[in-house]
Amino acid sequence: MLGKLDWSAIPFDQPIPLIAGGVVLVGILAVLIWVVVKGYLPYLWHEWITSVDHKRIGVMYILLASVMLLRGGSDAIMMRIQQAIAYQSQGYLPPEHYNQIFSAHGTIMIFFVAMPFVIGLMNLVVPLQLGVRDVAFPTLNSVGFWLTATGALLVNLSLVIGEFARTGWLAFPPLSELSYSPGVGVDYYAWSLQISGVGTLVAGINLVTTVLKLRTKGMNYLRMPMFCWTTLASNLLIVAAFPILTATLAMLLLDRYLGFHFFTNEAGGNVMMFMNLIWAWGHPEVYILVLPAFGIFSEVVSTFSGKALFGYRSMVLATMAICVISFMVWLHHFFTMGAGPDVNAIFGIASMIIAVPTGVKIYNWLFTMYGGRIRFATPMLWAVGFMVTFIIGGLTGVLVAVPPADFMLHNSMFLVAHFHNVIIGGVLFGAFAGFEYWFPKAFGFRLDERWGKLAFWFTFTGFYITFVPLYVAGMLGMTRRMQHYDVAEWQPWMIVAAVGMAVLSIGVICQIMQLVVSIRNREALRDRTGDPWDGRSLEWATSSPPPVFNFAFHPDVRGEDAYWDMKIAAQQQSLEHDVPEYHDIEMPRNSPTGFVCAFFATIMGFALIWHIWWMVILGGIGAFATFVVFAWRDHDEYVIPAAEVAAIDRINLEERRSLVSMAGAI
Amino acid sequence: MAMTATVGHAHADPHHIGVVVEHPGPASKRIVTAYGFWVFLLSDIVMFSCFFAAYAVLVSQTADGPKGSEIFEQRNVAIETVCLLLSSFTCGMASIAADVRNRFWFYLGMAVTCVLGLIFLAIEFKEFADLVARGYGPSRSAFLTAFFSLVGCHGLHVSAGVLWLLTMMAQVFAKGFRADVLRRMMCFALFWHALDIIWVGVFSVVYLLGSGV
Repeated sequence: MLGKLDWSAIPFDQPIPLIAGGVVLVGILAVLIWVVVKGYLPYLWHEWITSVDHKRIGVMYILLASVMLLRGGSDAIMMRIQQAIAYQSQGYLPPEHYNQIFSAHGTIMIFFVAMPFVIGLMNLVVPLQLGVRDVAFPTLNSVGFWLTATGALLVNLSLVIGEFARTGWLAFPPLSELSYSPGVGVDYYAWSLQISGVGTLVAGINLVTTVLKLRTKGMNYLRMPMFCWTTLASNLLIVAAFPILTATLAMLLLDRYLGFHFFTNEAGGNVMMFMNLIWAWGHPEVYILVLPAFGIFSEVVSTFSGKALFGYRSMVLATMAICVISFMVWLHHFFTMGAGPDVNAIFGIASMIIAVPTGVKIYNWLFTMYGGRIRFATPMLWAVGFMVTFIIGGLTGVLVAVPPADFMLHNSMFLVAHFHNVIIGGVLFGAFAGFEYWFPKAFGFRLDERWGKLAFWFTFTGFYITFVPLYVAGMLGMTRRMQHYDVAEWQPWMIVAAVGMAVLSIGVICQIMQLVVSIRNREALRDRTGDPWDGRSLEWATSSPPPVFNFAFHPDVRGEDAYWDMKIAAQQQSLEHDVPEYHDIEMPRNSPTGFVCAFFATIMGFALIWHIWWMVILGGIGAFATFVVFAWRDHDEYVIPAAEVAAIDRINLEERRSLVSMAGAI
Repeated sequence: MAMTATVGHAHADPHHIGVVVEHPGPASKRIVTAYGFWVFLLSDIVMFSCFFAAYAVLVSQTADGPKGSEIFEQRNVAIETVCLLLSSFTCGMASIAADVRNRFWFYLGMAVTCVLGLIFLAIEFKEFADLVARGYGPSRSAFLTAFFSLVGCHGLHVSAGVLWLLTMMAQVFAKGFRADVLRRMMCFALFWHALDIIWVGVFSVVYLLGSGV
């Protein structure tokens, strides 16, 4: 009846996950009760859960990423403590638990923190920067988000029901095959990624179509803000790479469920095929994450330097070059596995070539700052911190791209330090910069600068104290994923790293404090102009938070830095604005499709993990029924009358005119 | 805010590189839908290419089991291919009928497409069932694993297509040729033709090349 599921799945003998799970469960129940008692449920349902508004979906993506960042972060804290004390001792974590922790940490941080964070920011900002009303497929957008949430939910379920994979975040066979991992851990891993992967693919198709087909009047390709370009590149990579992940995981699942022989040791299966496939997805994945961050830095650096982006066209070219080259280097992930010197040399050189367009970008940012009026607001701090940190990460990357050096450093803590250096210094700093930069746009008030700066400095120093020792430990020969060790020289570095982790955690607390303080002081921090940073692109041309339709009429773009040009023009023409002619606006209706889809996907995923076949069929029928019901809707749009559009837009225009006239008076 | 800064471009072509073609604004719904669906199809083809690659890697790994030439039956494959190619034609007819709002020819075209798709699936199912009955199931060898997965993945797509086809017929029956129904019909047709293209790949790589070995 319940497949493999029985009481032994609950780890009663392990206090840590049980207590953690209990606390989370109590927390969720408390929030639910609070929501119901306060009567917020209808509001949540109508305004958020069923919303197809790209801004709301973007915010929900970022919320999901933030919550999962805390989860993945606690895994990291546990690992650093374990390695700090596990010299000639078992430490405080049993080995199989430790293995689950590092696997979950990697999986969560990449798939459920970094991905939803950048996709959330792209969702929130790109349609605004393009001057349009929504993404190409609003309901599908909601489906994509909720499927990602399903994946996150399944990973967290594994904490209390059953176990998570002990295979590392990429579940290499043959370890991940049934004969070596007979439990449900790998199944949790594979199904949660399979489901959230579909969500990611949907988001990718949506954003590619949005950027290519929905741009406001006059916005040629070479007038798009840099963030739109990097979004395009990143989502092209999603569309090209995520199907590979889907196929690879499908093959692994077929091996595990039906006794197929793709990657087994027996009957001619080929483990190296898994390596090739998974890295053919995995390497572009790195650039899927970091390219949007590059876009954020481009926007932030140019806004806070008060200058147009230096070398815009070379930046576009560099972005697209990275997009293409990132697909041609996957093999550098297994230099040591016997491909031979010729192949290694070719892939080594290809890997190093990526440093060229990346260098172009760094110089462009520096030259943008050169001669500008730099304001060190929090987003700018993250951007400058990124440049310093990312260069170090990039240089160590070029080092491991040299095959002989890689033979020494392969699977060592050096490698761990390297990719944390680029992922934290690149993606996470970018995500935080974007969060600070666009928060006033999403909510209409600014974040507290003092706490923001504190958060930056603690995170920044904490990062270095944590990861520089890992470089050293790697040079001293310490390999990754060690539950405990017997080499005395390593321990001091592990202790320093653990201290760094504590400093990093203070940074996280500051960030939470910043949110709390800012929400409390929101009236004082209110931004009525919609343009708190003196921005340059179109998202600042509408009010904060933007009305559901974003723009009362499609802006007419005449050059790069569309909104900056409009501001200059408004000043020069001494504010003589005609009253625009307003029209009715059609907007997509809210729809529970995404939520219902995810509901059935969760049931199906859980049932598949535990081999509960009747429930799988039930979930499948439910999903198809949802699809048909959605297709059967008669009225998928509603009309906002022109008068209402005019009323909403007039407030925005007046705020903006007073802003321009004030500036003109100075 | 400091609005006094005057650095910035007021020209349409700040680098004076050449003629700038004015972008007319957001595309129509029909174009956006078709474009998005094309992008999806491309991603689907990437997924198939992984199974093709796996097949190419594993084709000689027969683990003392049968080789392709010992199990493929050219006659069945020929009938399958004819069915699928014909169904693409009838699907095209149904699309034309939908464009000119002719219900009779639409239903007829779709019904024939459906029947041809089902014949294709029946032959494939029988081929699989026979192989399994002879002990040549997918877990026999890595070659058979790859074969069943690649061909079966295509078969699953065709099955989903048939389900979609029936939904489309029901939609036209209940809603008529509404704009959104026509957009979906366009996507369905793209999907069905793409399956044809993938089958040509399967047919060549698996059955034609495989029979020679």
